[in-house]
Amino acid sequence: MSDTHAQTVAFVRDTMLPPEAPPTTQAGAVKWMRENLFSGWLSAILTVLSLLAVIGIVYELAPWLLNSVWNANSLTECRAILDGASGACWAVIRVNWLQLMFGFYPSDLYWRPILAFVLLIVAVAPVLFPSVPRKLMWFSVVYPFIAVWLLWGGSVWGPVMVLLGLAVLGLFIMRAAEPLGTVPTSAMAVVLFLALFFNPPGWFNLDLGIFPIVQNIADLLGGIIPIELRPVPSREFGGFMISIVIGVAGIALSLPLGILFALGRQSNMPLIKWISVTFIEFIRGVPLITLLFTASLLLNYFLPPGTNFDLILRVIIMVTLFATAYMAEVIRGGLAALPRGQYEAADALGLDYWKAQRLIIMPQALKISIPGIVNTFIGLFKDTTLVVFIGILDPIGRASAIRATSDWQGIYWELFIFIGAVFFVFCFSMSRYSMYLERRLKTDHR
Amino acid sequence: MAMDSGAQQPAFRLSMLLYDSRYRSMTIQVFALFVLMLGAAWLVYNTKTNLEALGKPFGFDFLFNTAGYDIAQRPIEYSSQSTHLRATVVGLLNTLILAVMACIMATVLGVAAGVLRLSKNWIVARLMTVYIETFRNVPVLIWIIVVSAVMSESMPAPSAFRGENATSSMLLFDSVAITNRGVYVPAPLFSLDLGAMFGMPNLGTGLNWLVIIAVLIASFWLNKRLLAHATAVQNATGVRPKTWWKSLLIFLAPLAVLLVIFGFHAEYPELRGFNFTGGIQMRNSLIAMWIGLSIYTAAFIAENVRAGILAIAKGQTEAAYALGMQPGKTMRLVILPQAMRVIVPPLISQYLNITKNTSLGLAVGYMDLRSTLGGITINQTGRELEGMLLLMLIYLVISLIISTVMNYYNNRIKLKER
Repeated sequence: MSDTHAQTVAFVRDTMLPPEAPPTTQAGAVKWMRENLFSGWLSAILTVLSLLAVIGIVYELAPWLLNSVWNANSLTECRAILDGASGACWAVIRVNWLQLMFGFYPSDLYWRPILAFVLLIVAVAPVLFPSVPRKLMWFSVVYPFIAVWLLWGGSVWGPVMVLLGLAVLGLFIMRAAEPLGTVPTSAMAVVLFLALFFNPPGWFNLDLGIFPIVQNIADLLGGIIPIELRPVPSREFGGFMISIVIGVAGIALSLPLGILFALGRQSNMPLIKWISVTFIEFIRGVPLITLLFTASLLLNYFLPPGTNFDLILRVIIMVTLFATAYMAEVIRGGLAALPRGQYEAADALGLDYWKAQRLIIMPQALKISIPGIVNTFIGLFKDTTLVVFIGILDPIGRASAIRATSDWQGIYWELFIFIGAVFFVFCFSMSRYSMYLERRLKTDHR
Repeated sequence: MAMDSGAQQPAFRLSMLLYDSRYRSMTIQVFALFVLMLGAAWLVYNTKTNLEALGKPFGFDFLFNTAGYDIAQRPIEYSSQSTHLRATVVGLLNTLILAVMACIMATVLGVAAGVLRLSKNWIVARLMTVYIETFRNVPVLIWIIVVSAVMSESMPAPSAFRGENATSSMLLFDSVAITNRGVYVPAPLFSLDLGAMFGMPNLGTGLNWLVIIAVLIASFWLNKRLLAHATAVQNATGVRPKTWWKSLLIFLAPLAVLLVIFGFHAEYPELRGFNFTGGIQMRNSLIAMWIGLSIYTAAFIAENVRAGILAIAKGQTEAAYALGMQPGKTMRLVILPQAMRVIVPPLISQYLNITKNTSLGLAVGYMDLRSTLGGITINQTGRELEGMLLLMLIYLVISLIISTVMNYYNNRIKLKER
């Protein structure tokens, strides 16, 4: 048998052939293009259209960007330099960028907002990244008081005493909660809070002279050891500085308040639930502008005659309330997404309401709602531009003022590209951070 | 304690109000109610004192005084001699017109961008990603102001359209003119004015439009009957009769007849003197708000659409293919109905956002509700409190209507489990 075979087949290959390269249409760039750009006639049309669009945009933009003028003092000067060619006049940013950043903040004090911003980065680092030492968290707690002092100036004792007052309050709640129980502790904490920061006898036209305790001690200390920065009034704030101040304050305050209202809405106490629902639905039903106008026009009606408090503070309160309502809905979504078993397991372990929330429910609910929470933050930061309507000179207000001057009348692309780019950097990095956080906290193994 | 007393109810003691979870919630609620009433009373008292100190009465009578200001864009008859109430209504209509226009355009753009972002085509998907990320991360106010600036500073003046060697020309067969004073489009007109015929000249051609809408609704209903009939035939015989030409006839024939009877024609904008006359002028403020709001919100809608399509498990497509369904039918009968359940609720809340964002009209001088009632009326009458209350109430009602629609839809399409 094998003999016949040997005779009929002259040659038998006993080594493998090396693999051939695939046909040119099935490899490399050609294959990629066939699959990703020209997989069908519709896809091909779309590709051509997109390419045309990209080429058109580059054709328009490239000379405009390449001919950029950086040194000029007015649009006319810019146009003279360009001599009829198309070109961007970035000189407007170069001339005005300090105003776009700081508004009318005194120029010799620019180091204060800059220092506050640098410290802000130090303060948020331990909150954002687990690799930063945990001890820095203490700095994050103290930071708001440092920032307020740096930005607004005045005596150092004001913020220090407010911090101390809050520390006393916190210590009291921590120490008293175990032996006394939640409700009496809360009631006593409220009384303590009023005594420390307000003037309760003053409401009944009694002047005892010692209330508000915190303020009086601060004044006293300021008289003995004056440590002061030059005060800067709120109306001199402006530019991106004000956007960041309002944005950061709103973000820091709206998350805890949002959690409270979300819990209130889930509560089985009808009154608490009813209050939360009314608040959330009311705030979500009206535009932010109407709330800001309320802050600037109407607040004087609602407060005792003669009260007048800072416009920026009012705006921060309104922006915070606005974001709180949205935050509450986002977190409610997270709470609703948790399986019922988690609540029951917490009850079965004998945890009380707040312990169950803190140890079992919230860590999971917040994790589920991270994308929504960060979206709310981004929305809040973008919404800070609306303060321009109540006369605060945020970047858009500054830009309008610049466009109204005779030097720069008729310029708009450069200004708005700059402002838009700064907002983009902040918002885009927030959304990327939320993706990173989601990945980091992911515990399932899908 | 509970062990000792067994089934016996322990006697009520006062301390149980604080320490027994059965009674504690009552204590907390009574306390909250007390604080709430106290706060409300404090606010009302302060307001009353402040109003008295300023010598302002509280009331809405100012709405019936003469407004004394002009509104450029007025969908209903209005002059500076009209009342503040009428100015409010004009503002409300402007708000609604803008909201509807922006919702439609944002949906179209958003759905297109969302679907294209999922495209297998590399360059298209990348372009859409760039579009969505750019527009989502920059405040809407900037987009509105940029569009407004482009319209008023880069578009040709009406004079550029004049003369032998005009530098600009009208688009779409000389029917649309884009100028720095706004966009002029043809106006639909009727030579037969039903309002005048039936002695209701106030309505103008509104009656004509009502008749047209009624006929369209009737056509829609007829078409539904036709499709139901086709389904019945299919169930009985297994063959679905061709209906597309009947549907087309049902929709087009009555409409065409009606339009001919009414003498429908378009009035084209024409250059007369220094400006265009005739047609409808869409002012720069409207264009800026419309485009700005649409392209901004479209980026969000695109993300909703993408999320909705991605939320449908791949197994659904594969199951449909296994049943022998064509790709088109799979999309229409299997994927879309499920994706809609995910897409529509956030879509409606985007509509809500558009409606609320129309209040940014102030930035470009669009006379919406906030600029009329919440702006000039308040400034002229000095009735901030009443004006803002009314303004908030109107916005609240609009929002509640939209969210009622949303809840109705959600309940209708909700997965029925157990």
